[in-house]
Amino acid sequence: IEKLNSEQSTKVGMSRGSVNLSRVGENTFRDIEKLNSELFTLTYGAIVAQLMKDYEDVEEVNNQLEKMGHNIGLRLIEEFLARSNVPRCQDFRETGEVIAKVGFKMFLGVIAQVTSWDPKKNEYSLIIEENPLVEFVELPDSCNNLWFSNVLCGVIRGCLEMLQLRVECKFIKDVLRGDDSTEIRVTLKEIIAEEIPVGED
Amino acid sequence: VQMPVDSPCLFVIVGKNDNLIYQSQLSAQKKESATHFSQFIVHSSLDVVDDLVWKTNTMYLKAVDRFSNSNISAFVTAGYIKFLILHEKKDEDGIKNFFNEVYELYLKILQNPFYQLNSPITSSVFDEKVKSIAKKKLDL
Repeated sequence: IEKLNSEQSTKVGMSRGSVNLSRVGENTFRDIEKLNSELFTLTYGAIVAQLMKDYEDVEEVNNQLEKMGHNIGLRLIEEFLARSNVPRCQDFRETGEVIAKVGFKMFLGVIAQVTSWDPKKNEYSLIIEENPLVEFVELPDSCNNLWFSNVLCGVIRGCLEMLQLRVECKFIKDVLRGDDSTEIRVTLKEIIAEEIPVGED
Repeated sequence: VQMPVDSPCLFVIVGKNDNLIYQSQLSAQKKESATHFSQFIVHSSLDVVDDLVWKTNTMYLKAVDRFSNSNISAFVTAGYIKFLILHEKKDEDGIKNFFNEVYELYLKILQNPFYQLNSPITSSVFDEKVKSIAKKKLDL
């Protein structure tokens, strides 16, 4: 399996031609039902604020958000595959492109960039330029270690788990914390079933 | 016409229980005591505001009270949060625009899930923006 260079990275090789993932993402987004984004961000913000009040411990809230996301991801993958019709990924790096250009676009209305691909550790980063979850949010000083959007890590982990890939997914940077970008690191830990070859020839 | 440097211009936001949510001395005020005095004047006009609120449909209440040569103008939001400004110069349009822009900022604060309604606003971003709006709209 060839390693895709960055120019081709949004296309997936198929026997009948190539598929432009950005276009798939846009088309799927265009056709899917939409909801008022303020309602969405206010609801998510209310969940996080309430978790902070209930648990009081930032690490525990990070955990809970990730678990919630995991729960969502296990079920979201069906809708994703049904609506987007993306072809099967040929290697682990492609999962990143599909998540970034199609998954994010479909469900959050924005795309992410895949960067810092490390073939040896089977790792990549997702950089989110505009995160709809954090509009109007300012983290208070007591929440400095909170990963506000941690639900996203859980969603990615849950979705990939249903595709037989066990991954670790965590935030490395967040603009809410004063960093220059918002970055999630995705690492492949284990292939759960033998049928899907990932990153092999 | 520039306002004289030591004429007070105090802006406060008062919550539902007459609690202080935010205050900012918008002009260059040298004496600490002048700020306290301004606060006192503003606070004493709250009763007048409470009366006037029921007599009008709009949020901007214009000048509600006077004290020596200072005016107090008020703006009461739909959620009954009171914006009050103590100023000497008469500048109704400037003050109305100032109130409207600060109101937009206040709405954004409300949308922060970590902000509790009626509690003090501690955001330094809000503070800087209020000061910059004051400079633009009030000639300060």
